[in-house]
Amino acid sequence: MSAVTTRNLPKNSSRKPGLTPNGRKRNSLSKGHLPRWATPGIAAGSLILGAAASTLGGFSVVTFAIFTAIIFVVASAIITTVVEGSRRGKNALATHLVYAAFLLALIPLVSVLFTVLQKGLPGINMHFLFHSMNGVTGAIDNASVENGTPVLGGAYHAVVGTLLITMWSTLISVPVGMLTAIYLVEYGKNGPLARAITFFVDVMTGIPSIVAGLFATALFAVIMGPTARMGIVAAVALSVLMIPTVVRSTEEMLKIVPNELREAAYALGVRKWRTIAKVVIPTAISGIASGVTLAIARVIGETAPILVTAGLANNINVNVFGNWMATLPTFIYYQILTPTSPTNVDPSIQRAWAAALLLILMVMVLNLGARLVASLFAPKKGR
Amino acid sequence: MSKRIDVKDLNVYYTNFLAVEDVNIEIEAKSVTAFIGPSGCGKSTFLRTLNRMHEVIPGGRVEGEVLLDGDNLYESGVDPVTVRSQIGMVFQRPNPFPTMSIRDNVLAGVKLNSKKISRSDAEDLVEKSLRGANLWNEVKDRLDKPGSGLSGGQQQRLCIARTIAVKPQVILMDEPCSALDPISTLAIEDLINELKNEFTVVIVTHNMQQAARVSDKTAFFNIAGTGKPGKLIEYAETATIFSNPTVKATEDYVSGRFG
Ligand SMILES: Nc1ncnc2c1ncn2[C@@H]1O[C@H](COP(=O)(O)OP(=O)(O)O)[C@@H](O)[C@H]1O
Ligand SMILES: [Mg+2]
Repeated sequence: MSAVTTRNLPKNSSRKPGLTPNGRKRNSLSKGHLPRWATPGIAAGSLILGAAASTLGGFSVVTFAIFTAIIFVVASAIITTVVEGSRRGKNALATHLVYAAFLLALIPLVSVLFTVLQKGLPGINMHFLFHSMNGVTGAIDNASVENGTPVLGGAYHAVVGTLLITMWSTLISVPVGMLTAIYLVEYGKNGPLARAITFFVDVMTGIPSIVAGLFATALFAVIMGPTARMGIVAAVALSVLMIPTVVRSTEEMLKIVPNELREAAYALGVRKWRTIAKVVIPTAISGIASGVTLAIARVIGETAPILVTAGLANNINVNVFGNWMATLPTFIYYQILTPTSPTNVDPSIQRAWAAALLLILMVMVLNLGARLVASLFAPKKGR
Repeated sequence: MSKRIDVKDLNVYYTNFLAVEDVNIEIEAKSVTAFIGPSGCGKSTFLRTLNRMHEVIPGGRVEGEVLLDGDNLYESGVDPVTVRSQIGMVFQRPNPFPTMSIRDNVLAGVKLNSKKISRSDAEDLVEKSLRGANLWNEVKDRLDKPGSGLSGGQQQRLCIARTIAVKPQVILMDEPCSALDPISTLAIEDLINELKNEFTVVIVTHNMQQAARVSDKTAFFNIAGTGKPGKLIEYAETATIFSNPTVKATEDYVSGRFG
């Protein structure tokens, strides 16, 4: 006890060796240390130097950012090495490079969101949301441009089509995918059939979306004749794309359910299928839900397979079992490629951006919904 | 509410690996039997054959007979689900169902099997089982909270409550205290002493004092070397095993002079 207290006192108070200027004893285990303001200081210096360097070749935001970043990364690494040692220096270099990579990866995301919001927001209004393109002709677009009146025609039919086709493809692929995954994890173990299924699911993952579209077209052509184009054909095409994703994610989620829980249920005299339905799946449901959402987000933006299966419509069609249907991606595609009025393309382009914004919003709502589902079903925590 | 178990010439395999060889043992109704022995000698493996949990593991199979009051569990036509509802099991690590509340964990055997039970019967069953597991006073105010929020020892008692709620004849416990602190261990040991008034209890334990404290009879298992099958070496009254064993290996093991 006393040894500890004396060790903390300065040994020779008259000469006070090894004391820092602020009177504290220097810890022999610690090296030099950069003050707290060092990093912001270096950053400020880099900003100034970066601005100076970028003006040499004609100032632009891009060169300014690049120069500043390079100067900051190099300078902080060198300064840290000099003051704190080479291990700390390498740490600073690696840390700042990771941040730089993160910011770099963020650029496309922010830029896409910004562009879509900027160009899409002006087109979003009640008329756009609740009207189709039925009866909107080039003459109407020309008139609205010449008279400066609001753009007519909307994406209601495409929103309806997107929702219906996605819903039907989810209804098809979630049961098929989940049952497949249950077979693979709970029954097939590593048998020949399970290995064959796993192989073909992997192959399916790589099918190009247009091929899935052609497959669905061909399938329905065999059943109903060559001109069968309707929402359900598109839903089948999208299921071909969704099923492997659903199988894969469900499989992973079922695998991480601890075996102890299955054994606990068996030991209570619960049958295997009940154990799966009431213990395994509820434990894994939040992960399965987010896997399904990812699968939906993957197919909701598909364009090519929709065009060859559901065609394109300008009017509202709520029947997936008859007539052509539009979805948001095909709507965008046609508004851009073949503007309603070839001489005044602006209304079409505005509608396309607004539809793109809607599509992004739908995916975001979907993601939030999945998180909600996940948190509702997640294993309960807390006391 | 309790039955005896007689095991005759039992060999236990993992695929082609003979893990436990030629076990013969009689376990009395309403008694506590302890299995002791070094790690890997097949105590858990053997215990799991007593309620047909062994075959859940791919490649797990047995030869021989296990009789529950004279009925062979391994006769063709016997449904393992029926066997397990009569012979319950408590595992080494507490494993309450994470998606369920404390109440639902106790009722798991009923609810997972979609059996009809009235509200008041369910309440009675929950209270009786939790009291039986000495847990009622600690959790009666938070029956709707998740079971995973309890301490390790409470979780293990919850698992015992869940097991006795299905009214089994026999309860198997595989090192139920090895993941618990000394206080929780004492609580479980007290509980085992009470359980034997109603159930036949078989407990695997690594702790010899525990075997001496809780069991009426003790079975010592041993293994000749890695890759060799485990065998039942000696089975007798607990007092005899610890004070006056007939086999040298048993004496070495219980006196700590092993290996
Ligand atoms: N799932 C399994 N697959 C194959 N061998 C196993 C398995 N579980 C246990 N074994 C083997 O069976 C033998 C007995 O193990 P176990 O019953 O767990 O011993 P104990 O519970 O007495 O420590 C050991 O040799 C072990 O390696
Ligand atoms: Mg064991």
